[in-house]
Amino acid sequence: MKSMSEYCTRNGDGSTLYQNKEQMMQDIRDGTADAADMAGVRELNANEIDHLFEIISSKRRVVGVERGREVVLSYDVGQLDMAGDNGNSGGGIASSRLNGALVHERTLCADTFELAHTDYSIKPVKPVIANEMNDMENIQNNLTIPYFYGAMPNMGLYYAPDGPYGNPADLMREFKIEEAQQEAEKSAVHLARDIEYVSTRVYKAGADGFNFDTTASAGDADFVGTLHGVEKLRAQCPNAYILLGMAGENVMGIHGEIEYDGQVVAGLFPQEQVVLAEKAGADVFGPVANTNTGKSLAWNLARAVTFVRGCADVSNLPLHVNMGMGVGGIPMAETPPLDAVTRCSTAMVEIAKVDGI
Amino acid sequence: MSIAHFVASGMGGIRAAGDLVARMEFDQRMKIDEAKDYVAKKLGVTAFDLSDECKLREVREEQGLGVITGVPGTPRGIAAKMNIEDLLGIKINCCENFRNYAKR
Repeated sequence: MKSMSEYCTRNGDGSTLYQNKEQMMQDIRDGTADAADMAGVRELNANEIDHLFEIISSKRRVVGVERGREVVLSYDVGQLDMAGDNGNSGGGIASSRLNGALVHERTLCADTFELAHTDYSIKPVKPVIANEMNDMENIQNNLTIPYFYGAMPNMGLYYAPDGPYGNPADLMREFKIEEAQQEAEKSAVHLARDIEYVSTRVYKAGADGFNFDTTASAGDADFVGTLHGVEKLRAQCPNAYILLGMAGENVMGIHGEIEYDGQVVAGLFPQEQVVLAEKAGADVFGPVANTNTGKSLAWNLARAVTFVRGCADVSNLPLHVNMGMGVGGIPMAETPPLDAVTRCSTAMVEIAKVDGI
Repeated sequence: MSIAHFVASGMGGIRAAGDLVARMEFDQRMKIDEAKDYVAKKLGVTAFDLSDECKLREVREEQGLGVITGVPGTPRGIAAKMNIEDLLGIKINCCENFRNYAKR
């Protein structure tokens, strides 16, 4: 235990850190300035900084929102957080997908939930689509909360050696820039086609909708392919609930020039990403801010709240901010500490004004 | 992770009214305050009440909306969702399928 003038907090990797008030306040100011400078959004004002300090510096183990300000929770990886291995932060509990869904509804107080393939990606669902439709039908008969199908677009699976298209990273190393761009464009078309195949079928089986998780993990072409896939789902299933969540605060420009609706998507930040998500047909958008393990919780949370608040200021859609391991200010750890998670959760609701998590 | 977020900021799903508010966010693109006001009005409670387990436990059972504990003889799953459709004035995809399968 350190002196009473110091606060027990966390590093970005989850380890314990002691800071005095001046250090914590400086990290909050630096974090918000970093996000504002990167994304072109406003920094947190003095009242918001004081509020954030109050949340982070609380001596309590658990911090929560004021009563009446609770929000909706949505989920990624579905039942894999019970049945999966540690790659999905799963507990390795042998259980059916129906049991996983019911436990989340009736024990873990989930507002929504989803069905997920073990690989949690669009591409491997195709060969087992009938199995997924069967389970969707069965589980929908038993569950009361909204129940999605969830998967990552994960366009990296379409590149060599796993997929049919040339790998842009390899091609660029050989200075074949145009060829790398063409392979990414072909992959994006294929991804959109696969999204249409999978998402419309699980909707026909009774899904309330689809959760596109970790969108743009393979960069700007992944984002464009996903947006076109969302368009196709919306056109065929106008009443589907569509949640589109991102992989990072900034769309990586691996292609560099690919466009959606006349807009180059490389380098877009959350307040710009949400505009395209709405155009494509999403109902709810999931902004992301990645955690820097070398910085404190105060720095990371201030930075994340600034990105997301900037998005909330312009968004017409409800926002469900991504708040898993290593995003939304939460430390990058397989077992993120309760004290850190509850502080991040509270700050996103009370300062960033999100509609859900 | 699920527990930490529920404790800090969650509405509690069918323990309270989180599932109903979620449906309005997704079905009508309502933001959280608008969705809460809409659901509260339909349930005959205040928006503040929507995360109150004590209040909503009775309301959900009375209106057949599904409750979190195992109460024999009360609607759950597809039956509860059909009651939720009527309450919120929306159509739920799997309920439409169920009616089609049953030829009702």
